[in-house]
Amino acid sequence: MNSLFKISFVLLLALSSVANFSANASIKAKSTFTLAENCPPSFELTEKGVCLLVNQYQFYDSVQNRGLGGTQTSLPKHRDGFTPAQIDLGRYLFFDPALSKDGSISCASCHQPDKGFSDDLDRSVGITGEKVGRSAPTLWNVAFQDKFFWDVRANSLEEQAQGPLFDEFEMGNTPENLLKTLNENSEYIALFAQAFPDAKALKLEQVYTAITAFQTSLISLNSRYDRYAHGYHEALTANEVAGLNVFRSFVARCAECHQPPLFTNNQIAVIGTPEPEGRTFDIGAEKTYASLENSKKLRGSFKVPTLRNITKSAPYMHSGRYDNLLDTVKFYNDGRGNAVPEGEDLLLHWHISEPDLTDEEMDLIVDFLGTLTDESLTPVTPLKVPSGLAPIDNNYQKSITSRNVEQTNRSGE
Amino acid sequence: MSSGKVLGAILIVGAFAGGMYFGGSKDNAPVMTSSQGGASYGGGYDKAADKSIVSNKGAASSKNKGAAAERTVEGKTIVVNDGEAIMAAVKAANPGDTIQVMPGTYHETVYVDKDDIRIIGVIKDGKRATLNGEGKLNDAFLYSGNNFVVENFVITKYKGNGIMGQAGNNFEIRNNIIVDTGVYGIFPQLGKNGIVEYNVISGIEDAAIYVGMSDNIHVAYNDVFENVAGIEIENSRHAIVENNNVFNNTGGILAFITPGLPIKTTYDVIIRNNFIYDNNHKNFAAVGSTVAGIPAGTGILIMAADDVVVEDNIIRGNKTAGILITDHNNAPNTTIDPESDPSPDGVKILDNLMLNNGYDTADQVKLLLASELKTGNPDIIRVGSSRDSCIINRHRYISAGVDDWKECEFTNTDSIDTYLLDEPVPPRVIDPKERGKIAYLGICAGCHTYTGRMIGPPVQIIQALYMDNPQGIADYIANPSKVRDDYPEMPPQNYLDEKTRLAVAKQMLKITR
Repeated sequence: MNSLFKISFVLLLALSSVANFSANASIKAKSTFTLAENCPPSFELTEKGVCLLVNQYQFYDSVQNRGLGGTQTSLPKHRDGFTPAQIDLGRYLFFDPALSKDGSISCASCHQPDKGFSDDLDRSVGITGEKVGRSAPTLWNVAFQDKFFWDVRANSLEEQAQGPLFDEFEMGNTPENLLKTLNENSEYIALFAQAFPDAKALKLEQVYTAITAFQTSLISLNSRYDRYAHGYHEALTANEVAGLNVFRSFVARCAECHQPPLFTNNQIAVIGTPEPEGRTFDIGAEKTYASLENSKKLRGSFKVPTLRNITKSAPYMHSGRYDNLLDTVKFYNDGRGNAVPEGEDLLLHWHISEPDLTDEEMDLIVDFLGTLTDESLTPVTPLKVPSGLAPIDNNYQKSITSRNVEQTNRSGE
Repeated sequence: MSSGKVLGAILIVGAFAGGMYFGGSKDNAPVMTSSQGGASYGGGYDKAADKSIVSNKGAASSKNKGAAAERTVEGKTIVVNDGEAIMAAVKAANPGDTIQVMPGTYHETVYVDKDDIRIIGVIKDGKRATLNGEGKLNDAFLYSGNNFVVENFVITKYKGNGIMGQAGNNFEIRNNIIVDTGVYGIFPQLGKNGIVEYNVISGIEDAAIYVGMSDNIHVAYNDVFENVAGIEIENSRHAIVENNNVFNNTGGILAFITPGLPIKTTYDVIIRNNFIYDNNHKNFAAVGSTVAGIPAGTGILIMAADDVVVEDNIIRGNKTAGILITDHNNAPNTTIDPESDPSPDGVKILDNLMLNNGYDTADQVKLLLASELKTGNPDIIRVGSSRDSCIINRHRYISAGVDDWKECEFTNTDSIDTYLLDEPVPPRVIDPKERGKIAYLGICAGCHTYTGRMIGPPVQIIQALYMDNPQGIADYIANPSKVRDDYPEMPPQNYLDEKTRLAVAKQMLKITR
């Protein structure tokens, strides 16, 4: 048991108070599972009993209410309005490997809270132990998105959740087996009844709703950049401001697609990044839009990812081609089409140009990207999940244990 | 690049679609319409329906009034002399201040992330303040604040843009001379309510003036020449482009929907009273840019934009065509976007003086004319689909693709002076009543919860300590010190202003769960 946990455990016992959202789970999990009655931080509980996001950006405007622009710009439309119980149930589901075919991985295996809700792999590994097609995208601020997956093939988080759950190379489950697993678990039956009091039975739709509810609570809008944006210009160093100015300049043009305040415009773009060696070319959203007459124009297009918490989610690009930010920035600076494979005729995005930045300017962009980090609302990983399996997965728990042992050894305890 | 090749890029499909324009009223006597005193276009901007602005109090709008908010309190004036940095003045300035820049040469990027800043170049004996990027600096002016005004500068040799806005509302950009600099001369993006006027711009490899994803914009009295594009209205609404002198660009005035951008529409654009002539400059755009496909010799280019009114312009000597209207499908160098409508619908061509256009046009255009049994040099060419478009006095022009358009039900736009707002877009302020709650939920709640332990101690314990002393909390959070051995030290919250710190302290004492 690490020391931080020991302290918190003792303190919680001492307070013997009504448990809050985050601390609740860890203590109650010792006996039976109880779902949170309060909203996660940054959410306000309404009289109707649902959680609404409250944020300073909501006081700003934006053209056509699209939530794009400059420093003081409102956010795009977002998902919220779930109950504290639904959000908390979603948290248990998210961290529970019981959702996979063989109980070996959870959603959190590829979307780890301490790795930017991604993993540190170029391409994630599913139940087969093999790498899947693409890199796991971050989940921070997914509440604001309306298209999901690198190739934008899903239009809601509920739809998205079914992708990895039932993909044979990812979590490998089937709808029937997932429902059976949950219905055979008395803890889950009770928790679903709490989260969905009006429902007569446990249904898969409730699983998707709860996972969506949890994911929409992953808000990151209080970085040092945000403080700058709200008017406190001392929040950034001189180098970081210089980096911001290169980032949003019309030479680098980063901000034309990675547009504030979310540092994405939620569109797709063909930028022509190279695949890792040995990988065949990935056509991206051309497949999603195959029914359109000119879908070939979208060959090699991918969703523009948010850059919030970007320092936490290396490697970068849809198949993890780059393991650091500087190399990623260099790709753009190497010029339009520098990595398009021979024989591929791509309609590259018009902002992919020849910026000809200096090395110093590229370093400044990387400095600036570091200011987009805010993990203050990271939810607590449950110490136990209703299936009794190791939260996240066994491998993760082993890695945590060995990390703690290392730390303990270093600190001489 | 030969003009034929470039045009081929834009018109490739049109040649095959040309057959559909047979018919119409060409055998009848022409319908002649006088634009003097006829019905006037109602315009597409309904102020009453625009929820983003405050009520207009019935005030009549006057022509070419300002866009920036009038100042209730005049701030201080900061003078920048040759050899000093404009940016130092911006850093020292507060909202309401005016920065006067004396004649001289300045090498810097001026960025303004504050509201209500005016930067005015002082013109003395004909000498101006010059911003020179020396081919190394990216942009000259970059602003995100509201009510930004920039006047009287010379801007040259920047790699990016001359003046670039990112979501600043109520801007005024005037009397600037922008030569041989970067990608766009003036590029207000994602802003509402702004004026671009009396600027002289040339030598720009994309658009001299590019209004992107913006609303309620007025572009007037600008002199733009020897650019790839003169004036471009892209993915924007309620824009008027009038009284500009637009010559010897590759393309004169553009109204576009560029697919793939997050704001999907362009509509209600009035292009009137402009001189648009001899726009035959060789296309020198960067490879892959949207304007790289514009054929040299294009007076006006309307791509997918809706409700574009073209009125009372003098359009002459543009060798490919006076007015070119296309949908996305006929513009192969643009991407596709399932969320944007590719057709230019509701185009309204009122009276224009057209002379000597299309004298060196492309074979595809000639084929289009031939498909309608016409010969000669084309003034107006339309390719691809266009619904509900109209034209008056069509018999005057050599055209392809407009014979089946209906007669417009109006002859002028006289009833619309401006689409600028009567009252500027209101400031971005946090309602004082909400200030405490916003800061508590947005910031404090990340580390404190009512009863349990998170990163910081429970709110209950803080309440017990500070019961009737919100000021105590406000003071502490501005400059915290380590109090508890078992908790990490709190980071300072001095980025919140004093009022917000007090409001959030009061909020913290109010929390009950």
